[in-house]
Amino acid sequence: MSLQLFLLLAAGLFAIGLYGALSQQSIVMIMMGLELMLNGVIGAAAAFWHYVAPAAGDGQVLVVVAVVAMAVEMAAGFAVATAIFRARDVDMTDMAADLKR
Amino acid sequence: MTAVVFWVLAPLAAASGFMVFRFASMARVTIALLVSFLATGGLLIVLGLGYLGVVVILMMVMEMIIMAVFMIAYMMNPAGLISMTMDHNKRGALAISVTSFLLLGAGIFAVPWPRRAGARPADPTFQLGKALMTTQMLTMITLAFVLFATMVAAVVLATGRGRYDRFGDDLKRRPAAGPVRGGVGR
Repeated sequence: MSLQLFLLLAAGLFAIGLYGALSQQSIVMIMMGLELMLNGVIGAAAAFWHYVAPAAGDGQVLVVVAVVAMAVEMAAGFAVATAIFRARDVDMTDMAADLKR
Repeated sequence: MTAVVFWVLAPLAAASGFMVFRFASMARVTIALLVSFLATGGLLIVLGLGYLGVVVILMMVMEMIIMAVFMIAYMMNPAGLISMTMDHNKRGALAISVTSFLLLGAGIFAVPWPRRAGARPADPTFQLGKALMTTQMLTMITLAFVLFATMVAAVVLATGRGRYDRFGDDLKRRPAAGPVRGGVGR
């Protein structure tokens, strides 16, 4: 097993998540795309720790940061989805395009 | 052993991640995402990060349960029984996604990665705890404040606006009448 294979998997997960975040209309599905992108980051950080610098704990800290980013994204995303759904019955991004003008 | 586990879990993680955007039913979408996370957690364990792998697995199981509830609450077609499109600009998104994958892949194989420096510690969990409590203390404090701010912001955003927003804790006052009187003969 090599670092490149793990990074390739991480890049694949990141690209799939990017596709979802860009193509989905539902706010919850966009969050799923973002989660998949962060999933790739977690895999890449763990592979870096294992294959490049296992003597230092910094790679592991990077995994912790990605996991926290995931939790923050979930909480903030659902709070925003709840707020905008309560105010205007909006559950899709195309319905909340006021700032586009 | 590592190779066998990798070749089982890595395609599983990628394939189930892909299926998240193919399934129509929200229950299946959530389970597909969960499988992808479980596979990544398994890979973390294989890489020697037992603690973080288990953290990812446990956190994702809980997160996907919450996600399923929200999906059913907010999606226009939770069960996926009515076939409908839920995406926009599919072709553009696919182009951007494939391009980014190719660029990342080219980078992965073009960059001369450094050789492994140092040996693995006897206990990676101890190493993580020590890093968070010594050299990475600032990171840990920042993460803690970010999490706290997120909790406050999430509660503020998700709470409905009631009369307490207008009158504070003055419970004796009645809610204000609307600016335009409704009903017949206004």
